[in-house]
Amino acid sequence: MRAPIQSSPVPFSYLALALAILLFPGCGKTGQATASSPAKKILNVGNGAEPQDLDPQVTTGVTEHHLLMALFEGLVAEHPSGEGIAPGVAESWETSADQLTWTFHLRAKARWSNGDPVTAHDFIRSYQRILTPVFAAEYSYQLYVVEGAEAFNKGTLTDFAKTGFSALDDHTLVLHLVQPVPYLLYALRHTSWFPVHLPTIEKFGPPDRKGSAWTRAGNLVGNGPFILTKWLPNQAITVERSPTYWNAAEVKLDTIIFHPVEDNNTEERMFRSGQLDVTETIPTDKIDAYRRERPELLRLDPFYGTYYYNLNLTRPPLDDVRVRRALALALDREAIVKTILRAGQEPAYHFTPPYAGYTPGEKLTGGLAEARRLLAEAGYPEGKGMRRLEILYNTSEAHKAVAEAVQQMWRTGLGVEVALRNEEWKVYLDSKDNLAYDVCRAGWIGDFPDPHGFLEVFMTGGGNNDTGYANPGYDRLLKSALGLPDQSARMDIYRQLDTMLTRDVPEIPLYFYKRVHLISPRVKNWVPNIIDNRGWQYIDLDPVIASGDLKGKD
Amino acid sequence: MKATAPTAPPAAAERPTSPGRDAWLRLRRNRLAVASGVFVVLLGVICVLAPPFLGHGYADQDLSLGATPPAATHWFGTDELGRDLLARLLYGGRISLMVGFVASLVALIIGVTYGAVAGYAGGKLDAFLMRVVDILYALPFTIFVILMMVFLKQPMDQLDTWLRQFDFLKNLQGIGKIVGLFAAIGAVEWLTMARIVRGQVLTVKKMEYIEAARTLGFGHTRIIFKHIVPNLLGPVIVFTTLTIPSVMMLESFLSFLGLGVDAPLSSWGTLIKDGADKMENFPWLLVFPGGVFAATLLALNLLGDGLRDALDVRAAKD
Amino acid sequence: MLRFILRRLLETIPVLLIIASATFFMLRLVPGGPFTAEKAVSKEILRNLQAHYGLDKPLPAQYAAYLWDITPKRFAPWRLFADTDRNESPDFDLKAAFGINLGPSFKYPNRTVNEIIADKLPHSLELGLWALAVALALGMPLGVLAAMRKNTAADYTASTLAMVGICVPTFVMGPLLVLFFALHLHWFNASGWYFASDRVLPAATLGLVYAAYVARLTRGGMLEVLNQDYIRTARAKGASETRIVLRHALRGGLLPVITFLGPAIAGIISGSFVIETIFQIPGLGREFVTSAFNRDYTLVSGTVLLYAGLIVALNLAVDVVQVWLNPRLKFE
Repeated sequence: MRAPIQSSPVPFSYLALALAILLFPGCGKTGQATASSPAKKILNVGNGAEPQDLDPQVTTGVTEHHLLMALFEGLVAEHPSGEGIAPGVAESWETSADQLTWTFHLRAKARWSNGDPVTAHDFIRSYQRILTPVFAAEYSYQLYVVEGAEAFNKGTLTDFAKTGFSALDDHTLVLHLVQPVPYLLYALRHTSWFPVHLPTIEKFGPPDRKGSAWTRAGNLVGNGPFILTKWLPNQAITVERSPTYWNAAEVKLDTIIFHPVEDNNTEERMFRSGQLDVTETIPTDKIDAYRRERPELLRLDPFYGTYYYNLNLTRPPLDDVRVRRALALALDREAIVKTILRAGQEPAYHFTPPYAGYTPGEKLTGGLAEARRLLAEAGYPEGKGMRRLEILYNTSEAHKAVAEAVQQMWRTGLGVEVALRNEEWKVYLDSKDNLAYDVCRAGWIGDFPDPHGFLEVFMTGGGNNDTGYANPGYDRLLKSALGLPDQSARMDIYRQLDTMLTRDVPEIPLYFYKRVHLISPRVKNWVPNIIDNRGWQYIDLDPVIASGDLKGKD
Repeated sequence: MKATAPTAPPAAAERPTSPGRDAWLRLRRNRLAVASGVFVVLLGVICVLAPPFLGHGYADQDLSLGATPPAATHWFGTDELGRDLLARLLYGGRISLMVGFVASLVALIIGVTYGAVAGYAGGKLDAFLMRVVDILYALPFTIFVILMMVFLKQPMDQLDTWLRQFDFLKNLQGIGKIVGLFAAIGAVEWLTMARIVRGQVLTVKKMEYIEAARTLGFGHTRIIFKHIVPNLLGPVIVFTTLTIPSVMMLESFLSFLGLGVDAPLSSWGTLIKDGADKMENFPWLLVFPGGVFAATLLALNLLGDGLRDALDVRAAKD
Repeated sequence: MLRFILRRLLETIPVLLIIASATFFMLRLVPGGPFTAEKAVSKEILRNLQAHYGLDKPLPAQYAAYLWDITPKRFAPWRLFADTDRNESPDFDLKAAFGINLGPSFKYPNRTVNEIIADKLPHSLELGLWALAVALALGMPLGVLAAMRKNTAADYTASTLAMVGICVPTFVMGPLLVLFFALHLHWFNASGWYFASDRVLPAATLGLVYAAYVARLTRGGMLEVLNQDYIRTARAKGASETRIVLRHALRGGLLPVITFLGPAIAGIISGSFVIETIFQIPGLGREFVTSAFNRDYTLVSGTVLLYAGLIVALNLAVDVVQVWLNPRLKFE
């Protein structure tokens, strides 16, 4: 390889062109790729971290989710508007009167990327795979809403034919549910419900073993709008338009290159130099500058999640609801959002984020004066006599800044001494799980746009509860919600539950998340999506604008 | 400045102050080194004495202020939480200098003891001890410091809680972490010191005047302390001076990984890491901590080089 | 000499054994495991996961299996680079060459640790070599200059200049270089590892760190040689200063630099994490640090072992070269 190390200011575009021709045609950055073949639409996306794997039944992260949405398609797909759902592999569906039986009619045109038709049997075999106990899929519980799924996954049921999954014929899939699941269609967009191509998987090893080579570039067979063509670990993953996708004619992009950029400062610099069209996020200190100087590049979309602090109810003085409430009231959320987070996040005074069709419950009200009064009532006037509390957070600049602000607010507002404890991710999770903390930073992001998932967190003994909160009344009420035939009645119950959380304060809500991107004006149809799912098939790219336009501010 | 015969023994062992005075004279002629020394001492004094007079604590926030450039009220500006950067810099200086000096001291104590024992004892014990050093040399060090910081996290937190029962340490958050830093870094840096000291002891041991002292019936203690230790001082001082900056750099590297001191305390490393992320919009957050840090490291290195020339120590570090 | 090398190689066995065992047990003592995840995993699934990776067996059994896996079972170094048809990256097949199996990665289930190392190590090595080139190209001339103009302003300036790299952390230097050369002048990409030009900024950032050491060593080595009798003779004979430096002094001045190369290369390879993060380089340093945070047991152990092996090998190589260059030394 030649090394054109420049010592004089060669105009960048010539250089890019020269390099493109000399070195790697068709790989790397936008400017260069468009220079070599102007007709091709190549989208460069910052995608956070290196994906664990590209097996939809193995992965658990957001990074992988974004990629898998390009490579596979479930029964239903994203809606072009970003809200709601559109038909995917299933053309249509109906549900029984008791809402327990769902029948999906698969489209005849659906194809795998090797040309095989996508059939109902593919789905059945996929679901059997993810539920096989020895396969040990971390997200298998997503399917537990179907009869027998849980028993099969836990090994108490061995005959998969006895579960609620069945295929009437090649194009008809039936699911029998344990209980009504009003949000089922939304849940189906999760990767754990995606089909996989078992003949391919079997070529590379036993299907119930993870980590065979079937997900490598060249091996992977999917049914999504794109196919995997190149996977350079920690560098880039390239997917190209799939000719066999049922809706291929509507797919706009030729190629998407996903860049696993973990450092958000690096990512922002790559965006500015034109190497990325869309970023995963943006460093908070740069938000104001973009807002001021290049607002058209900045995207701040609502994101279905809550940032909150868990309180350990098993440790005094946090077992006293007055203390908890005092702590919750003493925070100036507006200041935190405005000074530290800056992306226009919404201050949270209750737990469940508001979203179409759901009005949240009672808010925390009272302010600092009420907080002081409550604390004095609990026996700690001006914080006197209260032991020092400790805030646990996982290592990250943003969490640190929030924790520092909270520490200061409790100290000056309530006279409560607070220490900070930062732990790296895995240790933090361990401490959180084992309730080895006083106050602990947490966040919940909905898998589907429905309050149910949020409120489930605080079920007694729930795996994500992590506060010691146990309220039988809460559990009963939550269980009763799913069976309700009427949406508004169901939402009413959620409102009551949300109010319970506001009153019992097992956690302190701080703010509702925002998704923050930098996005080139060339990118079209990039719609806000509350759970950050991407319908890659709809996204388009304008022909190249003069490259100077992309450089951003200098 | 190098003598023509590089390994010439100090001719006047009876008057041990004389070579020291010579070295001092030579050092004084190297103005850069002297200025560096003065700078470091002055900086240390400021970091220790000045903070109480600033009127700002390192954790005092003013969220309505946010990040502001240097001004009359905040000489070095404020960070995003509205904290005074000068205060954070000086408190951070305490931590960074302390980590630098104490960790080097730890390395010094372990290294000198180990090397002196090996060198003086000689024979099988020497061979064994040095083999151990060789083995430890094969450890990938950066990596081991990272592993140690990850693994020591919990014990360090417990130590922190324990230490802060005591009144005078009550307000020093993250003291456990700092002790952990000392241990992790010191444990890594002592090897070279041990090798240097052993080599020096071996050379000195064979000198005629030591033989003479031995035939005169002087005890081991007297020989070690009166005759051998003064000869070790040169290399040890030089090497320690050069260890301090590399320790401080290691601390900043750990800060980059998020393994540095705990918030809201700051070290120069954490301040620089923070400033490097925000340098485009809030350049003062990088310029001040980075400038002071670089100047300190430069000064320590120049001082070390000056001392090396003055004390005529060869290849002390490398 | 062969005996010397052989003895040194034998000595590395206990070293590597101790390192392997220490990492193995340390990792398992730390809170948090490879399957600790944000959204809780049910007990049954966790049990299945552990069974899948053999973590359900008693610790001694795991340890024994691990030791057997990492024991070299054959010796065929020529097969290290034999199989090159897989993927685009150059291969480094520890399994084919020595039968060493470092196990599957926990975090990346479709990759083995052997593979990850094979993929990533070449990039780290390449970065290291470029950085070393920068360090030598910058440090040696400065060192020579400083030695020839000893204790003058030129000496001080050169020594101070060389020290910039050890006074400015790489995570400051890197972004600064990017801002100036990539975003302001548009000479290079902001990051990436695709084109030859992508090597320039990372190599410069990392190389600057070592330039100071090289300069310091060159200066010291040169000064020593310049005092030797044969140089005086040459001078007395009226040889030009340039000739003296190039023909005689430089050779002697190089010796300490060579001694330094071993630890320097090791440091460069294992210390490149920061650079790899800032410049998006798919190297092993980044892989190692993330694996430690992910509790990817096998990947951590594998990389630590590899680094240790590399350091041992480099030190040995340096010793051999040193003796070879300087006949006055002998193999102990």
